[in-house]
Amino acid sequence: MDTVYFDNNATTKVAEEVLEEMKPLFCQLYGNPSSMHTFGGQMGRKIRQARQQAAHLLGCEPAEIIFTSGGTESDNTSIKGTLAAAPNKRKVITTRVEHPAVLAACRDLENHGYTVVELAVDKEGRLDLAELEELLDDDTALVTIMYANNETGVIFPIDKIAELVTGKGIVFHTDAVQVIGKIPLNLSKSNIDLLSLSAHKLHGPKGVGILYVRKGTRLTPFMVGGHQEAGKRAGTENVPGIVGLGKACELAAQNLEEENSKVKYLRDKLEDALLKKCPGSRVNGDRENRLPNTSNISFEYVEGEAILLMLDKFGICASSGSACTSGSLEPSHVLRAMGVPFTSAHGSIRFSLSRYNTEAEVDYTIEKMPPIINRLRELSPFVAG
Amino acid sequence: MWEYTDELKDHFFNPRNVGEVENPDGVGEVGSLACGDALKLTFKLDQNGRIMDAQFKTFGCASAIATSSVLTEMIKGKTLDEAAKITNKDIADYLGGLPEQKMHCSVMGREALEAAIENYRTGGKKKHELEGRVICNCFGVTENEINRVIRENNLTTVEQVTNYCKAGGGCGGCQGEIEKIIEEIQGDKIEEIAAPAPRPAARLTNIQKIQLIQQTVNEQIRPALRAHGGNIELIDVEGDKVIVAFRGMCSQCMLAEYTMKDLVEAKLREFVLDTLFVEEDKDSTQQPHNHRG
Repeated sequence: MDTVYFDNNATTKVAEEVLEEMKPLFCQLYGNPSSMHTFGGQMGRKIRQARQQAAHLLGCEPAEIIFTSGGTESDNTSIKGTLAAAPNKRKVITTRVEHPAVLAACRDLENHGYTVVELAVDKEGRLDLAELEELLDDDTALVTIMYANNETGVIFPIDKIAELVTGKGIVFHTDAVQVIGKIPLNLSKSNIDLLSLSAHKLHGPKGVGILYVRKGTRLTPFMVGGHQEAGKRAGTENVPGIVGLGKACELAAQNLEEENSKVKYLRDKLEDALLKKCPGSRVNGDRENRLPNTSNISFEYVEGEAILLMLDKFGICASSGSACTSGSLEPSHVLRAMGVPFTSAHGSIRFSLSRYNTEAEVDYTIEKMPPIINRLRELSPFVAG
Repeated sequence: MWEYTDELKDHFFNPRNVGEVENPDGVGEVGSLACGDALKLTFKLDQNGRIMDAQFKTFGCASAIATSSVLTEMIKGKTLDEAAKITNKDIADYLGGLPEQKMHCSVMGREALEAAIENYRTGGKKKHELEGRVICNCFGVTENEINRVIRENNLTTVEQVTNYCKAGGGCGGCQGEIEKIIEEIQGDKIEEIAAPAPRPAARLTNIQKIQLIQQTVNEQIRPALRAHGGNIELIDVEGDKVIVAFRGMCSQCMLAEYTMKDLVEAKLREFVLDTLFVEEDKDSTQQPHNHRG
């Protein structure tokens, strides 16, 4: 077996159909959409089409979509742009389990005199909405809460949260990088003001993403320069990237059903088998409200990096919340926020699947994993025998 | 992905001397589950006082396992005096080098060896104990240990110290103290390597003072409070009076034994001006809390 890729929450394979759409845009159709000549100007139509494809997937108006360089830019723009548009308000609410693109941006605000409140999560990784409701006040400029967690796959009740927050006249942003294409979304029926997504998590190219801005939301541009994206995001459009993203959105809309049936079946098969075959293992995160492709399993008394390296020898790609994989010395901030004990946190492995995975790959991993865990436990001073 | 040498990968995939020696003469146990790595080293001596057999059990990443494996190979056949001379650098060199962020694995190996030798020499009575003042509370690293890695490996930055013994890699609250220890030991060398930090002017302007206070709060105080579920906000500065508000402190917080005001005041006096004093903002209790419990 060649490469078994179970790290789709990190990045995904570019779909062949996406690449085909992008190919002519490098050497043949390379014009600048802002140009007056037909050669460049025709690219505007390509971008319009991509905007429609994305709007269709998200259930919003094409005019509500701004193309960006990816999830991190969309997150930063949402946070900084919202605060700049509301200079009288000094409070931001987020959670302890956000992606660093949001968490670091929020923590940086503290150095500029903002109050940042980070909501705690329970053992299953769930939020307490009553606590959030209590915190919403006139001084709150923004609430930013991820749609689903990248490490555990736990989905937050975002529609309910958006209703709660916007009902008080507060702007609500969600980092939806992990959910797009995995669960259905209809922004026209939701109260979300701002939403970030990234192409490379849904079989599109790297370096391009979307910031959804609900009509009427006040946002100060983050990138200034030319008049692109209706003055909301300057910089010559990444035409091949945007076209690729549009196609990826179209495919995602078509494959939503498969994502929730085939991918979920494979994930469940892998998870159930590993839990059964590896004693001392447990799933991290609420299994009821979870992305269909993600499984985060802790193997007690072994360390995640060692597991990954042994998996790597068999061509199996996964990731870990262990400290040793990140260069930091403490395990994942998400698992710590959930109160996962150290015995488990260091040995956590995340498998994240996609529609390109096969049952044979799952069976292969089910066969290879238990001996790896047993071998590392033989080495561990915390396991008798 | 880490750049591991072939020697290291070989020792990880094919570790030598795994297990525990029966009726060992020396036992060394260091590390813990919480820290993310732990090593138990056991050895037996022959009639001539040479290490006849050595075995290990390790919980940890690939480099922790490989350094343990190589350590057992290195000490076999040596007398205890010879073995005691092995440094963490020797262990790393034996593997063809370690990534900088993984040097603490080689230090763990050397510590386990020392603990095992000490255990033998005290007739099995003594277990490894922390000696000296604890500087890094997150990973339980003492001043002695920090001193030693700095000297043995000629370290000049806090980041290096963190890579070698983990100190300063948790909440980061002790990084100022580590910097001082480095300065004490390497004082002359640091000046050779980097230009000395600009000395603060004899008298700070108001703007400089406030900036320095904000910087100290951001870098020296907030990380330590955050690690224990709390936070601090700088409200205002009036002359030497620094007005702050505390957020969401836990009652079971390790730092609760100090009054927060004293701790902040001490840091500000250390890093800014020794005439500063701290007052808590009266309205702060009406502010939202960052932490339940």
